[in-house]
Amino acid sequence: MSSSAADPRFASAGPPKRPLRLSWGDERVRGIFWQVLVVGIVGTVIWWLWSNTVHNLEVRRIATGFGFLSREAGLPIGESLIEYDPSNTYLRALTVGVLNTLKVAVIGIVLATILGTVIGIARLSNNWLLSKLAGVYIEVIRDLPLLLQLLFWYTILQGLPGPRQALNPVDGVFLSNRGMKLPFIEWTAAHWWTLLAMVAGIALTWAYARVMRQRQYADGQPRKVWPAGLALIVGVPLAVWVAFGAPFTPDIPVLRGFNFRGGITVSPEFFALLIGLVTYTAGFIAEVVRAGIQSVQHGQWEAAQALGLRRGEILRKIVMPQALRVIIPPLTSNYLNLTKNSSLAVAIGYQDIVSIANTTLNQTGQAIEGIAIIMLVYLTISLSISLFMNWYNAKIALVER
Amino acid sequence: MKALRLAVACAVGGLALAATMTTPTRAQQPAPAAGNAPTMDAIRARGTLICGVTTGLAGFAQPDSQGVWRGFDVDYCRAVAVALFNDANRVRYVPTTAQARFTALQSGEVDMLARNTTWTLSRDTSLGFDFTGINFYDGQGFMVKASTGVRTARELEGATICVQPGTTTEQNLTDWARANRIRFTPVVIERLEEVVQAYVAGRCDAYTTDVSGLAATRSAQPNPREHTILPDVISKEPLGPLVRHGDQRFADLLRWIHFGLLGAEELGITSANVQQRMTDANPEVQRMLGRSGDLGRMLGVDNAWMANIIRTVGNYGEIFARNLEPIGIQRGPNALWTQGGLQYSPPFR
Repeated sequence: MSSSAADPRFASAGPPKRPLRLSWGDERVRGIFWQVLVVGIVGTVIWWLWSNTVHNLEVRRIATGFGFLSREAGLPIGESLIEYDPSNTYLRALTVGVLNTLKVAVIGIVLATILGTVIGIARLSNNWLLSKLAGVYIEVIRDLPLLLQLLFWYTILQGLPGPRQALNPVDGVFLSNRGMKLPFIEWTAAHWWTLLAMVAGIALTWAYARVMRQRQYADGQPRKVWPAGLALIVGVPLAVWVAFGAPFTPDIPVLRGFNFRGGITVSPEFFALLIGLVTYTAGFIAEVVRAGIQSVQHGQWEAAQALGLRRGEILRKIVMPQALRVIIPPLTSNYLNLTKNSSLAVAIGYQDIVSIANTTLNQTGQAIEGIAIIMLVYLTISLSISLFMNWYNAKIALVER
Repeated sequence: MKALRLAVACAVGGLALAATMTTPTRAQQPAPAAGNAPTMDAIRARGTLICGVTTGLAGFAQPDSQGVWRGFDVDYCRAVAVALFNDANRVRYVPTTAQARFTALQSGEVDMLARNTTWTLSRDTSLGFDFTGINFYDGQGFMVKASTGVRTARELEGATICVQPGTTTEQNLTDWARANRIRFTPVVIERLEEVVQAYVAGRCDAYTTDVSGLAATRSAQPNPREHTILPDVISKEPLGPLVRHGDQRFADLLRWIHFGLLGAEELGITSANVQQRMTDANPEVQRMLGRSGDLGRMLGVDNAWMANIIRTVGNYGEIFARNLEPIGIQRGPNALWTQGGLQYSPPFR
């Protein structure tokens, strides 16, 4: 591809154009014929499936359509990122499900990437014990079905003592079979502004680093970015917080009645699902990372050392850019797998989109619509991940000839 | 060219999508035509009845140590097989989860459902079913560990409650909580075994489902006395067998088998004495057992249908005593109307 752009002799279009002849001997006519035929067959089959379904639904007097979305749901949801009440609509309930899926997928992807990279590097370590431990971990985790692992983690978490005998490792932290209770602060508008300042700080640091790099390209002098970064990401938000009067009211969980009140909760269902997904996917990511690093020839290390670069710099500037080409595409698949595997949440009672859509289609009896919603949600999430990773892959790809 | 190939690829992808989407609704058979008795004809042609039951609920439907399905609901399947074939064993049992049951019946995968299904208006209409009667009057309740000391459901404020999704149970729970201004945390788990295990392990303070289901679960625990079923019943759960819309004659048959079982108990006909009662002078007994009249033929089965059913399966009281009394369920509202209950059969004429 890129070779034709580089060499002017290939820049002009390929073979000269011939007029289209309406004969079987013309390769292009044959090509068009077969493609029209295939599209026609596929189209007919889809139409047949569709009309058959619609007909059967009518004959059996089964209601169709998406009108149910605005009806009152009346289903209980244990954990939700947005305000939810059983008197809300099915649409709201399904939104809660989508957010729960996204919550576990996003946190899971971040943690699995970190854990997977650490284990992948550990497997390449010169330390015999470390590399063997990493090897055993990868083999065991990859060879057991994920559902089994989820049930294992969930059973372990259920084995914790009840709320009245909760483990209390640190003040304010309670560990029981009702989940993990963590202290938090009473969230006010000031905290939102502080958070906003931090996001702005990250964006500014990124822009600053870009300018500094341009200058380095111009005069060859490396410049330090971190002092300005620290000031922007930590200093400015801190100043904002103090400017608002530094509000800080701790919200510590206390046992009241059947359960704890106050603080924030990490439910056993979410926790079991997260641990299961992260440890399972990390096993695969570790192998991807190992393969990536090993794909860079040893000569690259030696050449970089000969230039006088330090080990960290070699890894960051020479090895990783080349390894990432190998790592990113299979990593994308693993991210997609993690997201789709989160649908196993149904088995351990974490209410993700599958769980809530299943209940919805059962209460309304509209299975096709329910399944269509589930598919649409996963398709959207997966395509977004793919698009982002493809963009990132294109960005970091080395320009080759 | 490239664009065309892409179009084909998309179309193939779309096909796969459409195929997955439509499989649940178009299985096996063509849509039942109105008029005759398509379901009954199909069962006769096949030679076996396909009966959708639970995945295993003590007392209602559960395979025994030999793998033979037994229980209250199973006996209704057997009674239908006796009416059609005079052979209680010509039934294939299909275990269905709470979530899969309706699709199984709609698609024709099973001929009928006899599995703890609550009769509601929307199920009778928009799902395309016919309920054929109420063979068990149930209600939703709560079970807690005796050690918690909870006496009534109102004390469950702030509790964590285990519940199975996809049933009326979930909605009843939220309705009850809203009406009584009780806050609770739900734990929603699909499989019966897992949800019970979560309750037993202490993940939840209470487990809620139909009282009959609670009794069955409690009886299966190593020490049933550790669990208390609270006296509050928060909903009406009329359970009964159901069939697809479109075969009224099959629905009629199921309806009258249930009434026949009730009528037999009312008239005192049991599996033990049905042979002697064949010569009973009571005209209603004569009609029910097929000695006079043509009641069986009107339903499209043999005139000796009810006599055969009572001989092999027993009457309603026998079915109840055999399956449900061992797990601690009393007759209560399921007693005959003559004994202060709700079970009542229209006359056999």
